[in-house]
Amino acid sequence: MSEILDYLPLLLEGAWLTLQITAGAAVLGLVCAFASGLAAVSGSRTARAVSMVYVEFFRGTSALVQLFWLFFALPLVGIRFEPIAAGIVALGLNIGSYGSEVVRGAIKAIPKTQYEATVALNMSAYRRMRSVILPQAVVSMLPPFGNLLIELLKGTSLVSIISISDLTFSAQILRSGGSDTLTVFLVVLVMYFLMAYALTLGMRALERRGAASIGRGKIPIQRDVAKLPEPV
Amino acid sequence: MDTDKLADVVHVEPPAAREMVRFDKVVKRYGDNVVLRELDFHVKPGERITLIGPSGSGKTTILRLLMTIEKADEGKIHVDGDCLTHTRRGDHDVPADEKHIRQVRKKIGMIFQQFNLFPNMKVLRNVSEAPVHCLGLSRGEAEARAIELLELVGLGTKVDAYPSQLSGGQQQRVAIARALAMQPKVLCLDEVTSALDPELVAEVLNVLRNVAASTDITMLCVTHEMKFARDVSDRVLMFDKGQIVEEAPPDKLFTQPEHQRTRTFLRAVLEEH
Ligand SMILES: Nc1ncnc2c1ncn2[C@@H]1O[C@H](COP(=O)(O)OP(=O)(O)OP(=O)(O)O)[C@@H](O)[C@H]1O
Ligand SMILES: [Mg+2]
Repeated sequence: MSEILDYLPLLLEGAWLTLQITAGAAVLGLVCAFASGLAAVSGSRTARAVSMVYVEFFRGTSALVQLFWLFFALPLVGIRFEPIAAGIVALGLNIGSYGSEVVRGAIKAIPKTQYEATVALNMSAYRRMRSVILPQAVVSMLPPFGNLLIELLKGTSLVSIISISDLTFSAQILRSGGSDTLTVFLVVLVMYFLMAYALTLGMRALERRGAASIGRGKIPIQRDVAKLPEPV
Repeated sequence: MDTDKLADVVHVEPPAAREMVRFDKVVKRYGDNVVLRELDFHVKPGERITLIGPSGSGKTTILRLLMTIEKADEGKIHVDGDCLTHTRRGDHDVPADEKHIRQVRKKIGMIFQQFNLFPNMKVLRNVSEAPVHCLGLSRGEAEARAIELLELVGLGTKVDAYPSQLSGGQQQRVAIARALAMQPKVLCLDEVTSALDPELVAEVLNVLRNVAASTDITMLCVTHEMKFARDVSDRVLMFDKGQIVEEAPPDKLFTQPEHQRTRTFLRAVLEEH
């Protein structure tokens, strides 16, 4: 058991890289998700088409093959990525395509009556999106985004295949170096679990803030009967 | 509620034309269902009209066309001398683009049956957001005016509440303040008390009575509140199947309707209440 202390530093380093790749891909994925999701609900036919192709392509093909494309195939036509960059780009584009559907769905789910109210107040399309639709839609995006983030964290183990020394890769090294496979992989499981759990807690906190931002907290209905306007 | 004060806060510009609203052979279809067939009518500046008629007769559709939530299939709608549906290009009229529509739509406001407040904004923001972004007021000015309006609808203490923390009657009064904050010349009201518990109807109608008494806003009202219609409106239009069956001042139409259709309808409504 004291062996753990020997290989813990390597595993922690791997976990740290895993978190960095998760963060990078999450940021890229978020940008892609909003760009593509907003394009999908826009008035422009071209924008909608581009979004659809992006989503269908990246959801419809395997993330592993996408990674191989970036890392092994593109260099053949002169486009070269650092391994970590390739990992972040492949995972980010992939998760962004799922995120795009989340964004689109959340925007579409805002009741039509909200749209009508913005028309009655003569808001521009931009103002409608910015002040009314997105602030509400983002709140309902948070739980599915949380799921995607966990998926992404677990999906980062793919990059170990292109020799990035993330958590999974480090574990493989230890195994092939003759360490106790049972404990090593147990520790790795626990580490993934702890990271995922931390992300879950973070997302929950965001969700609570989101709910409060649309008045959906635990606040009782107030009736101000004393303040009724006088009849004329 | 202080009637004079309301007149101070809600400045309605004087009318630019002799007719505030004009429907000109307006046709609206949903598929094969012809909801409005060549509808013609007009409303004078400052006039309050009430639209009545059986369910499905097209009352809501008329207000939604005027508010540009729906598009007319044929015909033209004019507001305060401007054509809402078309613009002139060369010597013929083409369907209006978004820019033109927004220009004319400034003059129109609407209050909905389900209030349609923005749940993500506190009451103050609900009332001040559009004036900041669509009228170009500063945040400070818009909020000062919003507070005045909210006080006038009896909600001065609720500026910091979210809509979900308010009763239906309170929400609808916020919606009235929000519409008035845009200084509309024309206000569309579609069954604004129908979604309310009976004991909350009066507070909303009282506010509307005050708006009617103290401003020159032209009002088009769809309502089943016959007493309110009688008190407030100058003219009642009875619709059936997308056409006007009969129109008259409320005293006349409610007591001596000329058409059988109107009589049957009024009897049904009165029995219900
Ligand atoms: N979005 C829509 N799609 C299809 N048909 C519609 C739509 N909106 C309204 N209609 C139809 O148009 C007709 C008129 O509807 P409208 O809502 O204007 O009636 P109304 O007079 O307001 O009725 P009510 O008193 O029930 O509110 C109805 O036959 C309705 O079914
Ligand atoms: Mg209706």
